[in-house]
Amino acid sequence: MNRRWYSAPYIVWSLIFVVVPLLVVAYYGLTAQSADGSLEFSLENFKRFFTPLYLGVLWRSALYAAISTVICLLLGYPAAMILASKDLKHKSVMMFLIVIPMWMNLLLRTYSWLTLLENQGLINQFLRFIGVLGKEQSIQFLYSEGAVIFGMVYNFLPFMILPIYSVMSKMDYSIINAAEDLGANKFNVFKKVTFPLSIPGIYSGITMVFVPAITTFAISSILSGNNVNLLGNVIEKQFLVGNDWNFGSTMSLVLMIFILLSLVIMPDSEKESQGGMII
Amino acid sequence: MKKLQKLYLYLILLFLYAPIIILIIYSFNESKYRVWTNFSFKWYIELFQDTQIMSALYNTLFVAVVASILSTIIGTIAAIGINSMKKWQRSTIMNVTMLPVLNPDIVTGIALMLLFYIAKLPTGIVTLVLSHMAFCIPYVILSVLPKLKQADNRTYEAALDLGATPALATWKVTIPEIMPGVITGLLMAFTLSIDDFIISYFTTGPGVDNLSILIYNAAKKGVSPSINALSALMFAVIMILLIIINVRTHKATKKA
Amino acid sequence: MRKIVSLLLAFMLLICTLIFSGCNTDPSKVVRVFNASEYIGEDVIKQFEKETGYKVVYSEFASNEDMYTKIKTTPYDVLIPSDYMVDRLIREDLVQPLDFNNIPNYKYVDETFKSPYYDPDNTYSVPYMWSTVGILYDSAKVTEEVNDMSIMWNDKYKGKIFMLDSVRDTFGMTLKKLGYSVNTTDDTELDEAKSELLVQRPLILGYVTDEVKDKIISGEGYMGLVYSGEAGKAMAEKDTLRYAIPENGTIYCVDAMVIPKKAQNKTGAESFINFMHKPEIAAQNSEETYYGCTNTEGLKLLPDAIKNNKGLYPDVDILEKSEMLKSDDKINQKYLEIWNQIMAAN
Repeated sequence: MNRRWYSAPYIVWSLIFVVVPLLVVAYYGLTAQSADGSLEFSLENFKRFFTPLYLGVLWRSALYAAISTVICLLLGYPAAMILASKDLKHKSVMMFLIVIPMWMNLLLRTYSWLTLLENQGLINQFLRFIGVLGKEQSIQFLYSEGAVIFGMVYNFLPFMILPIYSVMSKMDYSIINAAEDLGANKFNVFKKVTFPLSIPGIYSGITMVFVPAITTFAISSILSGNNVNLLGNVIEKQFLVGNDWNFGSTMSLVLMIFILLSLVIMPDSEKESQGGMII
Repeated sequence: MKKLQKLYLYLILLFLYAPIIILIIYSFNESKYRVWTNFSFKWYIELFQDTQIMSALYNTLFVAVVASILSTIIGTIAAIGINSMKKWQRSTIMNVTMLPVLNPDIVTGIALMLLFYIAKLPTGIVTLVLSHMAFCIPYVILSVLPKLKQADNRTYEAALDLGATPALATWKVTIPEIMPGVITGLLMAFTLSIDDFIISYFTTGPGVDNLSILIYNAAKKGVSPSINALSALMFAVIMILLIIINVRTHKATKKA
Repeated sequence: MRKIVSLLLAFMLLICTLIFSGCNTDPSKVVRVFNASEYIGEDVIKQFEKETGYKVVYSEFASNEDMYTKIKTTPYDVLIPSDYMVDRLIREDLVQPLDFNNIPNYKYVDETFKSPYYDPDNTYSVPYMWSTVGILYDSAKVTEEVNDMSIMWNDKYKGKIFMLDSVRDTFGMTLKKLGYSVNTTDDTELDEAKSELLVQRPLILGYVTDEVKDKIISGEGYMGLVYSGEAGKAMAEKDTLRYAIPENGTIYCVDAMVIPKKAQNKTGAESFINFMHKPEIAAQNSEETYYGCTNTEGLKLLPDAIKNNKGLYPDVDILEKSEMLKSDDKINQKYLEIWNQIMAAN
């Protein structure tokens, strides 16, 4: 028996639990309520989306998600490299330490940041106490784009570190040693050997940060006090306040197509292992 | 240099843990609000009398454990199958697998709710487990596949040549080889299941709430500090387990 | 392999026992209640179970809209939504007439709350509690007298004001400030409200929900729009806080108990509704949640500090100037589109 058939149960499963829900979304997204309340095929909602208002929201969401992805990469790459370096002890413990924060509820963690970062929060109080700030002064960390990006970086950083770490720890050290033996300096080893080998991990990291970042709504809602309205917020309100499943689904469809396209733009090499390699 | 590296890691950890430390400290705050008043164990005492929170904790853990184990089993078997497929078959399936990861949660949640409704499946803990499996399995497959690619197919074939049935060879040869990927998938599934609230909200039934649903529902009127107390306790338990496991493996390696 | 099979079997068994343990309970002994979060006295359900012998399966929702989406597929016996949602449920034929013989305590319900627009003949619903939208402010920081919405447009308090992240409430209060109906569909009136909100936008620190209590207690902001019950809780925490209702009226809201068509235990549900209007229970609910008591006898049992608070229990003439939100998809979608425009202006 060919092992190919092992995936048969999963194929049945994904037909039911992946394809059917998607068809439901596509159905609502491509229809609109006609005058008598029945649903009929219509591209009206797509036209409605492609207006400056909603395109602007999509652009802003993509921009903030992209910025947070870059910051996550800049912060996470060195961390993954240090984690993977052979002389670090207790690697598995460190790994766990990076995963565990994600076991605490996202909303609770985000509320906790409020306690720290508000104008009357602990950090501002501390700065006032040591005299850096005057009695009535405060640094406004929250209620802005910066706060949203900060929240995204905080919540998704582990998703960047883990895949890069996983690829790097599987790396063949004999190649690196060989490069060093051949007289390459540390920078060149990194540029010519370590970095190219870690690219699959970077791709998965980018996917796993960018996708949840572009769809989030709780983070912007709490940290920016809804001053920053992302596509996630707009979609959520469309379903719950507007009760407009059609336009809500249309927006979800556009968002999915947009994400798929932006993932395609990433260079083709190693696409196979995409999203993979979480640890 | 090495000290600098360690310092960097500690700073990253500090960043990740800062809000959790604050959460733990404020779970001892007497006030219900985010303003410090007095030190008190009040919320811990209330926690154990709060049947709603306790049953939510039970549901959360039950669903996370069952869904992550079942997802890992289905996902691992599927990954083995996908790995031995032809290229075009493989990429078709992988594209379908990526989709739930891309779909906004609220859409997945409502779509699954409609699905259960059409299938006449009463919502409750069973539908909750099924929907959690729906978003966990892709992550399991994504973490097992790369390990399968690294694995040496020749050992599996050797086992077959020596007379093992394909099932036995898979169980005795392939599975041990890909174990790290399987464990990663399990961990990932567990993490995702514990944190999900939107999909859970729409696919659960009357009286079956998990912690995330409780927190999300309470978000309009203020989350009970007892939930902070519970999170602090869970955190402490995880940390203690981690230390015990670490000490034991440390001893084991020393003996060996 | 044997291990894996036995593991799988064990799990199947576990799941099956769970399914069946769920089915074992006789529906006529169970009352499934679906209520807003933190909207009932602490041990009220236990008291009900003890007195009647029913078992309550209690679930909570975050918003009326969340509830509405959920009940389409899931059966409950008692729902406690707000007025406009009751209206919708009745219009869409999702709830059933009540048998008032089973609800003798209905006699205690305040006449003010009987025959509302959503249920003029009192067929489908029994009022539960009521609330207003108003301004929670810190009297130590806000020196002016607060008696209308214009204070929330005062430059002096720039960066200290919070509005609600609730499309209809925020619009409604703005429309009321301009002297219009909170339910208007007139485009020029809505345009005016939009420019009013755009003018206010730079003064606003955030559009928030529950956090507003924390933020005003901690001094992060000096004033914010809140629901009266939430204001009551905040005032109990810090004594310089005050709650004011605009003189020219506000949005007020009645939450009511209804029984869905799909209910499996109507008698149990009616017994629950009746129990909620036992005067002691009604008083306990209002005392603990600070939301308005709709029960005349229960009101008398409330502590003076609560029942004499003019914010929580305003004079009748303010209520007469106030309106309930009416809601249908077309109106909501129209408001939401404008809301998105305001939020995009940054």
